[in-house]
Amino acid sequence: MAHEAKFRVWRGDAGEGALKDYSVDVNEGEVVLDVIQRIQATQASDLAVRWNCKAGKCGSCSAEVNGRPRLMCMTRMNTFADDEVITVTPLRAFPTIRDLVTDVSFNYEKAREVTAFTPPEGLKPGEYRMQQEDVARSQEFRKCIECFLCQNTCHAIRDHEDNMTSFAGPRVLMRVAELEMHPLDVADRKHEAQEVLGLGYCNITKCCTEVCPEHIKITDNALIPLKERVVDVKYDPITWLGRKIRVRSDKD
Amino acid sequence: MADIEHHKYDVVVIGAGGAGLRAAIESRELGKTTAIISKSLFGKAHTVMAEGGIAASMGNVNSNDNWQVHFRDTMRGGKYLNDYRMAELHAKEAPDRVWELEEWGALFDRTPEGKISQRNFGGHEYPRLAHVGDRTGLELIRTLQQKVVQLQQQDKKLSGDYESRIKVFAECTITDILITGEGENRRVAGAFGYWRESGQFVLFETAAVVIATGGIGKSFKVTSNSWEYTGDGHALAMRAGGSLVNMEFVQFHPTGMVWPLSVKGILVTESVRGDGGILTNSEGRRFMFDYIPPVFEKQYAKTEEEADRWYTDPDNNKRPPELLPRDEVARAINTEVKAGRGSPHGGVFLDVSKRLPAEAIKAKLPSMWHQFKELADVDITLEAMEVGPTCHYVMGGVEVEPDTAAAVGVQGLFSAGEAAGGLHGSNRLGGNSLSDLLVFGRRAGMGAVAYLADLDAAGGRPAVNQADVDAAAAAALAPFGHDGGENPYTIQQDLQQLMNDLVGIIRTADEMQSALERLNALKARAATLSVPGGRAYNPGWHLALDLQNMLVVSECIAKSALAREESRGGHTRDDFPVMEPNWRSIVMICRLDGNDVEVVKQDLPWMRDELVTLFDVSELRKYMTEAEISRIPGKVA
Repeated sequence: MAHEAKFRVWRGDAGEGALKDYSVDVNEGEVVLDVIQRIQATQASDLAVRWNCKAGKCGSCSAEVNGRPRLMCMTRMNTFADDEVITVTPLRAFPTIRDLVTDVSFNYEKAREVTAFTPPEGLKPGEYRMQQEDVARSQEFRKCIECFLCQNTCHAIRDHEDNMTSFAGPRVLMRVAELEMHPLDVADRKHEAQEVLGLGYCNITKCCTEVCPEHIKITDNALIPLKERVVDVKYDPITWLGRKIRVRSDKD
Repeated sequence: MADIEHHKYDVVVIGAGGAGLRAAIESRELGKTTAIISKSLFGKAHTVMAEGGIAASMGNVNSNDNWQVHFRDTMRGGKYLNDYRMAELHAKEAPDRVWELEEWGALFDRTPEGKISQRNFGGHEYPRLAHVGDRTGLELIRTLQQKVVQLQQQDKKLSGDYESRIKVFAECTITDILITGEGENRRVAGAFGYWRESGQFVLFETAAVVIATGGIGKSFKVTSNSWEYTGDGHALAMRAGGSLVNMEFVQFHPTGMVWPLSVKGILVTESVRGDGGILTNSEGRRFMFDYIPPVFEKQYAKTEEEADRWYTDPDNNKRPPELLPRDEVARAINTEVKAGRGSPHGGVFLDVSKRLPAEAIKAKLPSMWHQFKELADVDITLEAMEVGPTCHYVMGGVEVEPDTAAAVGVQGLFSAGEAAGGLHGSNRLGGNSLSDLLVFGRRAGMGAVAYLADLDAAGGRPAVNQADVDAAAAAALAPFGHDGGENPYTIQQDLQQLMNDLVGIIRTADEMQSALERLNALKARAATLSVPGGRAYNPGWHLALDLQNMLVVSECIAKSALAREESRGGHTRDDFPVMEPNWRSIVMICRLDGNDVEVVKQDLPWMRDELVTLFDVSELRKYMTEAEISRIPGKVA
């Protein structure tokens, strides 16, 4: 049944802003994004909000709902009491552009620092052979919809803005892990992960995993194995010697 | 105007989905400076919504597959209204385009031999769709996005600047393509638009523009399409002097979610059926057996037993009718619901829970499981889904030359992907969209680069006319000029309801006449709408501008649909229910005449001998006139 919900939505731009109250009708089966769109269509046509697919596949409508980083399209209204005030604010870790829209360019800039997929020389298109169990590990990470909720939540970014120059965040490091686990990739990104992308800043508190709408086990399956690989290279004297005298390949 | 940001590029690609990115990659790899204009953030394009896979006859699962079979399936699915040359290029080149993605880092699901796995899909004779679970579109967009980044890394090494040769303009909208010259000398000179974030205007001086803006679905109320699908490229091409083809053909995907209301229209992938899911009505009957049209009798099973055997022994059994082309299934569901045999929320039941073990469902259809669990509280491993038709895709689009993707009527304009028309004829097969994006995205990039070479050899590139820039800026600001007008959202909602009710799955002349009258009224209302607020990230203003495109595209659909007095593929006339051979060789072309759409008939080219002889003549007789049949070599009527 329809009821009237109380919403508090952050309105403003980079300079200043405030929470604004809206009373708005809610129908059975709706999600927070439906209500935000109804506010936009009936009360505030200039309310800035990003959304695309409305089905949890594009990762555009990230925001904080009652302080929790969420996709608005996947946050059902029936998870709140009818009389509960629902507060919607922009992602905290990124600079606000306007209302619920933030500047997420940080994530794209850091993604450019990851060495791209590097196929083996001489392997022609159509000749790639990989087993399902071997591609499955990287496929888990390729489910990422780049909603940047993990980036927004990671306390090494959220609470320490200064780190953003030297720490790329869980999304970008997971991309490194994905490429490192690709069965045919021949590049070595261990040094890059540690020295350029700041893997050491991650202290595996798993906040990223908790907010991932795709339920990717970012910490356990990507970041910890990546740390193990980096540590092996960094501190194992045999590996170190092997690299120096080139008996071990970079992928070992 | 002082506040216009200027850029100069060899090639400007409008749209950052699969077709746009593939075109841009090609243009940049051929050495041209390339701008990619994206209405959304980079990597969010509607391509991510594609679920089932990419059709390409690699023959990894059934070695009988080849481009000829794929070509035949595509023509058959399109009811022989396809541009045969596009269908030929598409079928021939799709495997290379898929394999190339692996070189760029894509990770498809594998066969036991380690090749790319391929799945069954509606209208495809063999398992043909390369896939990644049910998130193939995401894999495609991410792979292309990361390929762009790789090219930027190369450029950084050479020039010190990531963006020296290929740059993404994210959250930027093009409102006009700027033209010089008249008649046959009409040429692209630039593109004009605005940054969504600031409202600042942007002018691109460029001699080559690729339109890869996707579809038009947002003009319909129940749709699987996102806010971006407002037909921008269709409208831009027409205003630049180009033409649209096949606009009456709109694909209603048979299986969208129907409940809860907030997700009505969201797609349920055809893979559910490809992997064994069945459609039943409220009486528990597998009704698709009642809807096998005569032209498909040879390929589809008549009994449940045979249909079920097909999943394990496809060489010796016919296919289940759930896998008929989308137009057939959508009409069947529509008929069942109208006859009172629908599900509680006005759809039918799609059940995979009794067909596959729970773990297999979660492995093969992970995002469907997730989508229903989180949005509808339905566990598809335990119960049936409720589904119904949703506006999904437009077969119609910019009329192009098949080999170069060059738009007819304007030099320097190219188009690929859903924005372009012709390949799919009257109905697109699932899986043929992602391959379309790659095959013709690449060709559009090549076409643009070849055009520039000719242009430069002939003496240089056209200059933008300042008066056109001023006019474009004035038009973009017009919605701020009126006070007390209507809210653009109200007009959009009225348009969506109108198109759904009067130009939807089943059409009649009276309803479409009435739709055209109402569209005129909406045009008048849209001309005086008001938008409050400023230019910085103002969605009301953005919608006001998009609405102009939605209205002109809707007029194209309604006028083309009214003119085609037969039923074929994605166009069903209640008053002309039969598919007429005389109409098979005729396509509708839309052009702008001032502010009005004019529709003319045009003949389709006849297939080359080596292509037409790929078909069984007894099948062609069901579609073609006697005169046409007599043209087939060795198959005299």
